Amino acid sequence: MFFTKLKHIGLTGIAMTLLLLGAVVYAEEEPSLPAGLTSSQSQEEKQPSLPSGLGIEPVSPNEPGMEPSLPSGLKIAPSLGPTEEETVLEKNPWLDITGFWEVRSGYRLRNDEYEKDASIGETRLQLEMQKNIENFTFELTTDLYYDWVSENHSVNLERGEGFLDLREASVAYTPFDFMDLKLGRQILTWGTGDLIFINDLFPKDWQSFFIGRDTEYLKAPSDALKASFFTDLANIDVVYTPRFDSDRFITGDRISYWNGRKVAGTDDIVRTDKPDDWFDDDEWALRISKNAAGCELAAYSYWGYWKSPAGMDTSTFRYTFPELNVYGASARSQVGKGLGNIEIGYYDSRDDQSGDDPFIDNSQIRYLIGYEQDLPQIARDFTVGLQYYVEQMLHYGDYRRTLPAGKAAEEYRHLLTFRITKLYWNQNLTCSLFTYFSPSDKDVYMRPNINYKVNDNLAVEVGSNVFWGDYPHTFFGQFQNNTNVYVGLRYSF
Amino acid sequence: MTERISLTILMCLLSLGSYTIAESTTAKAADVKSPEEKTLSVDEIVNKTNHVAYYLGFDGRAKVKMTITDSQGRKRIREITMLRWDQPDPNQPKEGQRKDSTFCGEQKLYAFFDRPADVYKTVFMVWKHLGKDDDRWMYLPALDLVKRISATDKRTSFVGAHFFYEDVSGRNIDDDVHELVKTTKDYYVLKNTPKDPKLVEFSHFDMWIHRKSFIVVKTDYYDNQDKKYRTYEALEIKQIQGYPTVTKAKMTDLRTNGSTIAEYSNIKYEIGIPESIFTERYLRKPARRYLK
Repeated sequence: MFFTKLKHIGLTGIAMTLLLLGAVVYAEEEPSLPAGLTSSQSQEEKQPSLPSGLGIEPVSPNEPGMEPSLPSGLKIAPSLGPTEEETVLEKNPWLDITGFWEVRSGYRLRNDEYEKDASIGETRLQLEMQKNIENFTFELTTDLYYDWVSENHSVNLERGEGFLDLREASVAYTPFDFMDLKLGRQILTWGTGDLIFINDLFPKDWQSFFIGRDTEYLKAPSDALKASFFTDLANIDVVYTPRFDSDRFITGDRISYWNGRKVAGTDDIVRTDKPDDWFDDDEWALRISKNAAGCELAAYSYWGYWKSPAGMDTSTFRYTFPELNVYGASARSQVGKGLGNIEIGYYDSRDDQSGDDPFIDNSQIRYLIGYEQDLPQIARDFTVGLQYYVEQMLHYGDYRRTLPAGKAAEEYRHLLTFRITKLYWNQNLTCSLFTYFSPSDKDVYMRPNINYKVNDNLAVEVGSNVFWGDYPHTFFGQFQNNTNVYVGLRYSF
Repeated sequence: MTERISLTILMCLLSLGSYTIAESTTAKAADVKSPEEKTLSVDEIVNKTNHVAYYLGFDGRAKVKMTITDSQGRKRIREITMLRWDQPDPNQPKEGQRKDSTFCGEQKLYAFFDRPADVYKTVFMVWKHLGKDDDRWMYLPALDLVKRISATDKRTSFVGAHFFYEDVSGRNIDDDVHELVKTTKDYYVLKNTPKDPKLVEFSHFDMWIHRKSFIVVKTDYYDNQDKKYRTYEALEIKQIQGYPTVTKAKMTDLRTNGSTIAEYSNIKYEIGIPESIFTERYLRKPARRYLK
């Protein structure tokens, strides 16, 4: 718009405007000095200093184009100006408690013969407590909730089921200047993708993500010890999870899925055989990172298990979590006018390294490249992000050769994501759309969301999870019948 | 949620520097008698003003409370604790680096959100560069996510306030042509015209700079029709560790009549904040020692 205006006015117009400005704008507009600034005149003439709040001249500081009166603090000599009262520290409460209360309701837009029409119907109270004692920080975040869509209300802390989801129960300690420790239940995240994870092998809650909970619930907690070392050369993070923490994966309980033969749901709940021996079925995750003048470089390793079921025990027909090691790297930096990121990961499927076991997922290489930018040329508070992700199955020939009857996966799964965000009304209204689109799978997952902050405590939102696909067996296509719309109301305190 | 906060917050970090205003050597310059004072070139005035607005006391901390009032009189509050670190002058010997008061180098800023409740513990960090775009990060505690933020758009609202990012971080002085329009008994009046008008929404802006302290007391922004549409005012100045500091300021949008008042408290300069605070480590683990 500005461009157009400029063209209309033309250069002559600008020049004339500028000339006129010089002549017109500066006539008799001097502001009076605000309190706290000294008037030269008053000092030269040795007049008594003006009291705080009064200007030198009887001119309203709000009058357009007028000289401002000196603000409080400038009317008298700076050396004599008021000094700030000794900084009054706010009393720290003994225990720092914050949180929110939320109501959320959602419905399926398509008929699903195996699931309820309601996709979510919950009320949730999150209490977050923090206490600092000496060098220790204790944190406890508990979500008490009731979801009347779910029939299972007995507490399962691993899966966050029942009426209690323990999000955080940890203690952090800094034994040395160069080292941090955090032990206990905690949310862990690293990597560069936007809602795509390659080297972040901490547990995800896909069910929460799909049924319309806040995005923060995509991250499920880990029960782990995190040790971080900070050196000039690089920083090192080591996360040890003594007992495997899987994703909160799709089970058919709330979200229908492709079971290999058909779309199933409550009629075919996923039964798994999960590695669960303490200190035996453990996970190690390592990151070495360096911020080189704004370019963030990182190398990653992971030794553990596929986070969601990736195999089947043919004797019991239970899904399994085969062994997995991952080695990867990422870089993130400013690129041109925006931000660029690349990430790569080699998924070494330890139990099927030759790729000829049809009941265990093959090894993969995963690639990601992303770019995000503000577009003030188009609109204020407008951001667009784009990512291109590829999942390459290794030993594809062996996979095809040994595949039993059924739909074969593609060797390359291509996935594009688009994020568009626009803010309105002093940034109190946020409209966003995140879209996954796979040209190889021919499926789409869209996450439109509108969130309005009614005031500093209350927010309302409406959103949707839209799944669409040409085939019922593809990653997002299988969830087609779970397409839902939800509304939420959150009071934060 | 992420995006909402990210755009909202992205403007935040630099502001500690911007409103902590002091005179230091500049006040001495202003103390000289008027004939000498008049010999100050426009560039000198611009540089001193820039220094006083953003670079006092090599580092600092302040608690900022922003009261945002929209056109219908509805109020929203933002409370942020900010830390600032200034790059020492590389041309000075090590002992002298912290004493130099004219060097305007790169800066690092850290902002911890206290209010509103939904962004509590969110941290925003900026590495402010001179020759290129700043680097910005945001930490979202619920996701343990260190998010990089793109922020080409510097003239967009800062945390939903009427202050723009550039108002609080400082507009690069090389982006405008500066012209001393007049000198009154209290003020230098500078007219600033953008070199590239396509990048901004104003045709020019006028600054009323207090001659003794080089504090900007008022800034008026004009649109293409030469109509004033936006005004900044310094409302209160206090002496803090010898630095006259703006402790209350207001930005008004004259088109909508909305305005934001920023109040600064718990201000301290020259704390000795290590540069290492401005890293991912302290996004994930707030630098409590320096925030209190």
